[in-house]
This record gives sequence, C-alpha cells and structure tokens, in this order.
Amino acid sequence: MTDILDRPASTNSDGRAEPLLRVSHLTKYYGHVAGCLDISFEMRPGEVLGIVGESGSGKTTLLNCISGKLAPTSGSIAFNSRRHGLVDIYDLSEPDRRRMQREDWGFVHQNPRDGLRMRVSGGANVAEPLMNLGRRHYGDMRQATMDWLSRVELDLGRVDDKPRNFSGGMQQRIQIARNLIHNPRLVFMDEPTGGLDVSVQARLLDLLRELVRDLGLAAIIVTHDMAVARLMADRLMVMKGGHVVETGLADQVLDDPQHPYTQLLVSSVLQI
Amino acid sequence: MTATEAYSRPNAAPEDRYYTYAYLDEQTKRMIRRAILKALAIPGYQVPFGSREMPVPYGWGTGGIQLTAAIIGPEDVYKCIDQGADDTTNAVSIRRFFATVADVATTEDTGEATIIQSRHRIPEQPLADGQIMVFQVPQPEPLRGLEPRETETRAMHAYGEYGLQYVSLYENISAYGRIAATAGYPVMIDERYLMSPSPIPKFDNPKMHMNPAILLFGAGREKRIYAVPPFTRVRSLDFEDYPFETQSWDEVCALCGANDSYLDEVVLDDQGQHMFVCSDSHYCADRRAKGHAGPMAGHALAHIETEIAAEEA
Repeated sequence: MTDILDRPASTNSDGRAEPLLRVSHLTKYYGHVAGCLDISFEMRPGEVLGIVGESGSGKTTLLNCISGKLAPTSGSIAFNSRRHGLVDIYDLSEPDRRRMQREDWGFVHQNPRDGLRMRVSGGANVAEPLMNLGRRHYGDMRQATMDWLSRVELDLGRVDDKPRNFSGGMQQRIQIARNLIHNPRLVFMDEPTGGLDVSVQARLLDLLRELVRDLGLAAIIVTHDMAVARLMADRLMVMKGGHVVETGLADQVLDDPQHPYTQLLVSSVLQI
Repeated sequence: MTATEAYSRPNAAPEDRYYTYAYLDEQTKRMIRRAILKALAIPGYQVPFGSREMPVPYGWGTGGIQLTAAIIGPEDVYKCIDQGADDTTNAVSIRRFFATVADVATTEDTGEATIIQSRHRIPEQPLADGQIMVFQVPQPEPLRGLEPRETETRAMHAYGEYGLQYVSLYENISAYGRIAATAGYPVMIDERYLMSPSPIPKFDNPKMHMNPAILLFGAGREKRIYAVPPFTRVRSLDFEDYPFETQSWDEVCALCGANDSYLDEVVLDDQGQHMFVCSDSHYCADRRAKGHAGPMAGHALAHIETEIAAEEA
C-alpha cells in the first residue's frame, strides 16, 4: 500500500506532468434548475485554483461534483490518483472511489463542525485519516499528530480536548491538520476562512499559504472573498449563474477584469 | 379457552402444542429463522428483521427473547443469565416465561443447557458443540458512537472500512494510557465483519474465538440479528503497541477462591469493606460444592450459600 502511495505522479512521454485533474463539460442540474453548466478546466500538481463568485453562482455545486460527493448530470471528472492513474472518478467502483478520496484527497469545510467529529478529541480527529489508511501503531500516529498540531500552531497540551472546547479559529486549524496529515495530492477548501474574524482569518490564511507552498499541494479553494482568492490562488475561475464567465491568472483577473460581472465583483470589495 | 391455557398447555395434543408454540406466531418464527440462517452464512453481518413487540419493554431483552422463541423446541433445556447470575430478577422472569410458553425444562447448569440466553456474560465453563448462546444486544452497530448515519455505517461494513473504529481505541489510550474500554469491545469476525459482541466484558472476548457453540445476537429495538457460527475466528481490535488485554484481578473469588473467573466487586458496608465474587453464579456454586473455599467462605452468612450449593449439587 505504502509503495503505491509513495509513487510519484505519472508523466507523459514528453516528461511533462500529466494533469492532476481534468474536468470536461461538467453540467449539473437539480431538476430543471441548473447548478453549473458546461465547465471544463485542468489542474497540474502543485497548482492552487480559486473559484470565486456570489452566493448561488454554482461554486459549491461544482466543488461537490469534483470531490465525488454529487454525481454530475453530464460531463466527466478525471483525477490522476496514485492507485489508478488518470481515470474518471465516477467510473471507479464506489469502494475504489472512497479509498481514493481517503488516500489522495482532503476536504476542508467552511464549518469545522462538518469536517470534524465533535465527539472525539482534537488529537483523534487529526489521527483518524492515518487509521483509515490502515496504520495501527498508536505511538507513531501520536507523534505524527503532535507534529501536525505544532505545524498548525496549536497548543500541544490541548491535544486531547474535544473540538467544542476550541475556538472557531482553532477548530479550523484542527480541520486543516486532519486534512493534510495523510499527505494528500489535492485538497478541496470550501470557504476555509468564512465565519472567522478578520485577524484570525489573516493568520489562518498565512498558515494555509505556507503549508500549501511547502507541501507543493494542489488545492481548489472556493470563496466569495476576493482577498482570500488573491492571497491563495495561482489561477482564478469566476462563476455566475452556473457558468464560468472568466478565467485566468489570479493577479490578472483581479487587476484587469474583463467580464462586466468580474469588474463588478472586484469593485465591490470594501476598502478601509 | 382462557389466556393461560393459550400459552401453557403441557398436556395438549402435539399439534396444538406446536401451533404458535413459544409465544410467537409461526410466520414470525419463520422470518426470524431465515434471518438467523442468513446471519450464520455471513458471520458478523447484521441482518435486519421485523422485530415484534414483546411482553417486555425494549432494553429488557426483546431481541434475545425473539431469537430463543424462534429456535427453542420441547426437548431443549433452557438457561438464562443476567450479569452472569441465574438468580437475578430478569433472568428468573425470562426463564419462567419460556418455561411457561415453551413448556421446556430449565436449568442453571451451563453444561446441561442446550440454549443459554445471556446479557453481559459468556459462562465460565467452556461451551460445547451443540449448545446455542443467545445474546441480548442493545446496540448492534459498533460504529454507531462514531458515525451516526446508518447509510454510512452500512457502506463502511460493505467495503470493510474499519479505520474509524480505531479512533475509539485511540481516544482511550490518549485519555487513560491504555485501552480502557471494558464491555462491548469490538471484534473482527473471520477478518471480514466488524461486530459488537453486545455488552459482554472484554474478559469474555477470547471465549468467542473458535468456539464450538453457535453464538446468536439479537437486538429487538434496533431490529438486527447477527451470529458467529462454530469455529470462527474472532479477533479483538488493538494497536501494534497496545495489544488487546483482558481484565485481571489481584483478588480471588471470596467465596470459591477462583482466580480465573470474572469477578464482581460487592460493597459490604459503609466503612469501605468489600469482597470480590464470581459473576457467574453457577460456576461459583459448582466450585463450592466441589469443596473449593475462598477467603470469606467462613463468613457468618456463608452457610446459606453453602447450603444452597449443596442442595443444587
């Protein structure tokens, strides 16, 4: 098992890395209501993609489809997993897909309560992905948990406290540690700093950016906060009404928005 | 026909006696037997069944009573224990229930019984080929405390994703420095299905491994039946650096001197005096009848116990 997970990403014959994720013509309807329409893009290892747009623009639908939680109406989502190579995730059998999600992915929810088990301690929450991958040595897992808690700058003395006894920002740090401890290839983040106050948000973003760069992680960050998008993302996709209206390098999109909606979005950011 | 006659007809003609024999109607027993066969075919898998309303509340052993009612026959010898003891209220009531509705012989002797219904314990005396243990289970889903969604736990069983169960053991070690869980300790059945062995102490877990008897588990409220067929591998979960251990005591049984049985602590007065006695009442009585004596065997009240033991022997 370990040997498969240690295998580097497969490459093309010309030596370029294969895409990590390839989304083609992804469409999701809820009955007659469109969630997202005809979305295509590719991601390379180590790339951070920001998806921005207002509420109801289809960001979360898109994220849920890509992360295997919601089957799309049409289109395909191919992910380059360590175990299966580049395959459509909905072509995999359910146990294979679930295993791929455990091994290769992390998912940071906006509300830590959705991403953490509130009835077990912070430490056990962080160690759970290791147990899910078949690790059965308590001492080793404990050590890894401690390492990660210090990486996300949490007080090690509180490792056995329940998540409810931590503040919102600390809960989010636990969630981040839990989603990075098993060395994923792709991390999904749904408004990772939503609901936190501004100073906590700033520290958390700083931390996230550092971790993502250090680990060379690929990440998809869904946010409606332009500042988060600018700070974290290499590339931006702007969504409106289920469509991608503009895409490009983050700085380019934010500094020189082309589409009227993007212009509106960028100009709506409050200045102090 | 009076209500009493309907349930207890020791002298009725055989065809009358077998119709709605043992409280449940024939269709219900048939349904439960099918569930039992499926459970035996897939060791450790929780088979849903249409649990009936019983004349006792959920939580008092409705699952076990339905299992027993479905498998019992007039030739069976029935034993029922609660916390290891034959003489506690629940055990006496359920035993009397089956003596009435199924017209069977009852016993306290583990070796003599063909069906042993239990909550909390597996008898100390090793079970034999041909015996059936029936367990009353409050919560059949070992993962429930960690994962509240039934759809999710079913998927986890189907795909053998049992990493989550280790989270509870991890919690134990980080809180207490050892795996402190004592009852309902999760087990792997034949290296495939994770199973909750009902609230038996983990002391009894090793007894299930390669056991010659049939072990049936019934959860009335949760409407699940599962089973461990004879000679099935049963492994208690543990970590590489924290291996599975059973409870042990520094004391021996105060009455019979046994050092190999599961002991209950009994508080004797308000000054902190206490004694340890075998939880398995038949095992203890049997040993005393054979002349074994514990440190408190000569107690002022002990002669009552000795007399009872002698009468039974």
